[in-house]
Amino acid sequence: MNTASLSRWLLFGEWRAHLVQVIVALIAIAIGIAMGFSIHLINTAAFNEFSAASKSLSGQADLQVRGRKAMFDESLYPLLANTAGVALVNPVLELDVAIPGKQHNRNDQKLKIIGIDMFRATQISPDLLGLPAEGETLDRLASDTIFLSPAAMEWLQVKQGDSLQVHAGLQTVTLRVAGGLVRARAGQRIAVMDIGAAQWRFQQLGVLSRIELKLQDGVNHAAFKARLAKELGESYVVAELADQETRVANMSRAYRVNLNMLALVALFTGVFLVFSTQALSVIRRRQQFALLRVLGFTRQQLLRQILTEGAILGVIGSLLGLGLGYAVAALAIQLLGGDLGSSFFPGVQPSIYFDSLAALTFFLVGLGVTLLGSIAPALEAARAKPALALRSGSEDTAMAKLSPPWFAVICLSIAALFTQLPPIFELPIFGYLAVALLLIGGIALMPRFAAWFFSALQARWHSGRIGAVFTLVLARLANAPNQAAVALGGILASFSLMVAMAIMVTSFRVSVDDWLGRVLPADLYVRAASTGDQGGFQPDVQQAVAALPDFDRVDFFRTQQLMLDANRPEITLIARPVDRSDARNTLPMTDAMMAPASWPDGVMPVWVSEAMVDLYGYRVGEKVILPIGATSNEFLVVGVWRDYGRQFGAIQMQLADYQALTGDVSVNTVALWLQTGINLDAAIAKLRQLPFGAALEISRSGDMRALSLEIFDRSFAVTYLLELVAVVIGLLGVAASFSAQTLARAKEFGMLRHIGVMRRQILTILAAEGGLLTVLGIALGFVLGWGISLILVFIVNPQSFHWTMQLHLPWSWLTLVAVIMLVSAALTALLAGRQAVSGHVIRAVREDW
Amino acid sequence: MLELCNINKAYAEGRKVLTNLSYTLKAGEYVAIMGESGVGKSTLLNLIAGLDTPDSGEIRINGAAISSLDDDAATRLRREQFGFIFQAFHVLPHLTLSQNIALPLLLNGVPLDRVEQMLANVGLRDRGHHFPRQLSGGELQRVAIARALIHRPKLVLADEPTGNLDPDTAHEILQLMRAEIKANGATGIIVTHSHAAAATADMILNLTKDGLHPVESEGA
Repeated sequence: MNTASLSRWLLFGEWRAHLVQVIVALIAIAIGIAMGFSIHLINTAAFNEFSAASKSLSGQADLQVRGRKAMFDESLYPLLANTAGVALVNPVLELDVAIPGKQHNRNDQKLKIIGIDMFRATQISPDLLGLPAEGETLDRLASDTIFLSPAAMEWLQVKQGDSLQVHAGLQTVTLRVAGGLVRARAGQRIAVMDIGAAQWRFQQLGVLSRIELKLQDGVNHAAFKARLAKELGESYVVAELADQETRVANMSRAYRVNLNMLALVALFTGVFLVFSTQALSVIRRRQQFALLRVLGFTRQQLLRQILTEGAILGVIGSLLGLGLGYAVAALAIQLLGGDLGSSFFPGVQPSIYFDSLAALTFFLVGLGVTLLGSIAPALEAARAKPALALRSGSEDTAMAKLSPPWFAVICLSIAALFTQLPPIFELPIFGYLAVALLLIGGIALMPRFAAWFFSALQARWHSGRIGAVFTLVLARLANAPNQAAVALGGILASFSLMVAMAIMVTSFRVSVDDWLGRVLPADLYVRAASTGDQGGFQPDVQQAVAALPDFDRVDFFRTQQLMLDANRPEITLIARPVDRSDARNTLPMTDAMMAPASWPDGVMPVWVSEAMVDLYGYRVGEKVILPIGATSNEFLVVGVWRDYGRQFGAIQMQLADYQALTGDVSVNTVALWLQTGINLDAAIAKLRQLPFGAALEISRSGDMRALSLEIFDRSFAVTYLLELVAVVIGLLGVAASFSAQTLARAKEFGMLRHIGVMRRQILTILAAEGGLLTVLGIALGFVLGWGISLILVFIVNPQSFHWTMQLHLPWSWLTLVAVIMLVSAALTALLAGRQAVSGHVIRAVREDW
Repeated sequence: MLELCNINKAYAEGRKVLTNLSYTLKAGEYVAIMGESGVGKSTLLNLIAGLDTPDSGEIRINGAAISSLDDDAATRLRREQFGFIFQAFHVLPHLTLSQNIALPLLLNGVPLDRVEQMLANVGLRDRGHHFPRQLSGGELQRVAIARALIHRPKLVLADEPTGNLDPDTAHEILQLMRAEIKANGATGIIVTHSHAAAATADMILNLTKDGLHPVESEGA
């Protein structure tokens, strides 16, 4: 016989004897890996598809020139066409139009129309060429035709030859569907028109959205880009395709990373389960291993044996997890699409493909964490002195070595340090690490805390008063807390994370609810679809609305997108009346504000969102240059406001300042406050009776608020699902650990049954141990969860999404979860304890007879 | 005190271990049961303790048939009237010595005032707050003896109580066990392979296929 055979015997012997524990550990690893892998696959597929769809609009251009604002003057076009080194110039006009009868509240309800020059597009973006009916090639150049992608045709319920009505501002434009865009990507809702027709029909004469350039062979792209950017000046942005990809990636990166981190929570909980399975298995076999050591098994062989057992669990669990993850991802894409409720990837219909590199990474993560869970028990077993280990009763001392207090203190200290560090690559890496370390440190302290707590209880309650059963329960919990506490590792991890997530989501939701109340103070909001660089409401329309008798107050808003950095998504500029004396009357301000008295004379104030502070480094009191008006102008940052609607940044300024600088007197949104006693429906009816009433998008603030909260809840649905999975894994861990400990305590229960302890008393002992430990676990889990929620609320969220929030604790929800956990854990302990009252346990002392 | 009437017992696979076994043990007697391995000594102790039931026949303790008792009643009987001493001590590691010894009193709901006395009787005075890990094998068995006798049981069942001890300690433990059983007026049954251990009993019984047969005591 060689050691490999011995190793195999030991492994299979252990697994045969404790198959349930092995299966539970495998399930935990598999679920953890499956959640992480599936979310990665879904996000990657959605992101790739979204990115590919965005790229398909630019075709094979080398460079793209955009204005800082949505539109710029087409006089740039001949200038670029005559620039040395340029082989081809392709002008593009891009418009988002509203569709009558479709809900307009979300961006994905709009149709993107791309106006192109058919002759140039043939060479630079052939995918955008429409396919007209046979013999109707000139439809591509007609002024009343539009070509729709298959997804757009399906969404609009039209086919070739049908007419289509769209809203541009307050104007309704009727077009003929001349054909399809056969090369559009699945799910991509776009339409293509001749650029001249689009300019004319949508009143955008003389302006463009972007100009695409193809450079001559041999021209150095980077050098050309740099030179062109310098020549064009601050008003334009010259970008490569890679810049566009970076922008798309930046848009959703924080969301994707956060979701992946959440998915890893399930795996993290699984690690504790592996640790407890391995630790209990090693402790149970302590005498076996001591005997092997006496017989000549070396420390290294023993270490290898235990790590091999862990590695095999890791390999099988990870492989199962990869398979399960792929299946879950494929199913989720079928049922939910790639969006996962986040609205980051609207309309895309991605398909899952097996990402070998990601699979290998997740496999290694699964294997790595399993080995991590095995290493401490393996080292303890290898270091144990055989003579001592052969004696029974030293198990808890051995387990104490698995959770030394210095380890917990180090983890908690580093966690505290990490909370003070800034983000890396705009991601809260140290925040996540602090959460992990806080959790590990807290759980490592659990045995000490349990010993202290139950010793205090034991000292307070004398044996004579509490009877044999509770004397046994308290004595075990106080004097052998390590074995019991290890069972709680998984549940403590999942419960504290559940608490943390619940506090974070509630804080966020309550903050968003408050914020909605502040940003939607009016009774009604009326919008019209923008037409390029112009708001939908021209002065005559504004006057008509303001003249209506039903309203106390009418505010006009002019909103548009500004590009400040080619590598970042556009920011939103909102020009509106702001209470100059105290901006808090208009905006949800943070504490960062400058008193109006201290503003220098002649400056134009702007109020920036928190994202502007994080992403662009804006500070209160600082002067900034913004491309507003014919040339860039200087503004003073006088305050920071909270914005949960636009994580990429937003700036508010006085409407009067904006109009003075730009001459643009159009607006996009009108906020209306009803006079007392006026019926809301009657007021809406009057708005509809205006000559342009049919084209108005009228929303009640209550409906907008409800819709916003519904979107909020939908986007956190995946979060709740992942947390639920973590809790189920935690409960599985309790079941596995209690079951393993019950087996390990067979002799104890056997002896107790001999001396007159009844079956139900043994069950009471187990349920009471499980219940008391869970109560303590819940209390400690709550404290840990609260600590983690502080990191999530005050570090991870601001660093990820660039907004802050106030802390709110959902007491009723937390109480409900605590009660469910308590009952589940006690029941689990009770079920696991059935073995403890079976006949074979009574005979566990038989080896002595 | 203990009556075994025509006891038959076979293992699950059908092999008979006890056939028409009958014996009567008087109150206050202290007997040793010897016999070859596999002859059924363990099975006999399980049957007497009410942990197993005979295929046929009856076991009576003070006239009450224990084989007809349900699990709770048999447990109550063990709790009140039996004391157990095991080869491997089976002392709970997370209880102090005092708590280990007090267990039967707690289970029976009676005052704990004999604990200190029992500790002193077994030579462990002032060590009640110690944990089992701080004790040697001989000391652990002293704790087990104290636990078995603290509630003044009518019947003490001891299984190879000195099987894990060196000869000197074993001798000391056997003398202590005998003295305590006698002092408490209990009936004792010790199962052992050791002639020296058996010799401390009032009588030695040899268990064979044909039943329990007294053999001449070598000592005591």
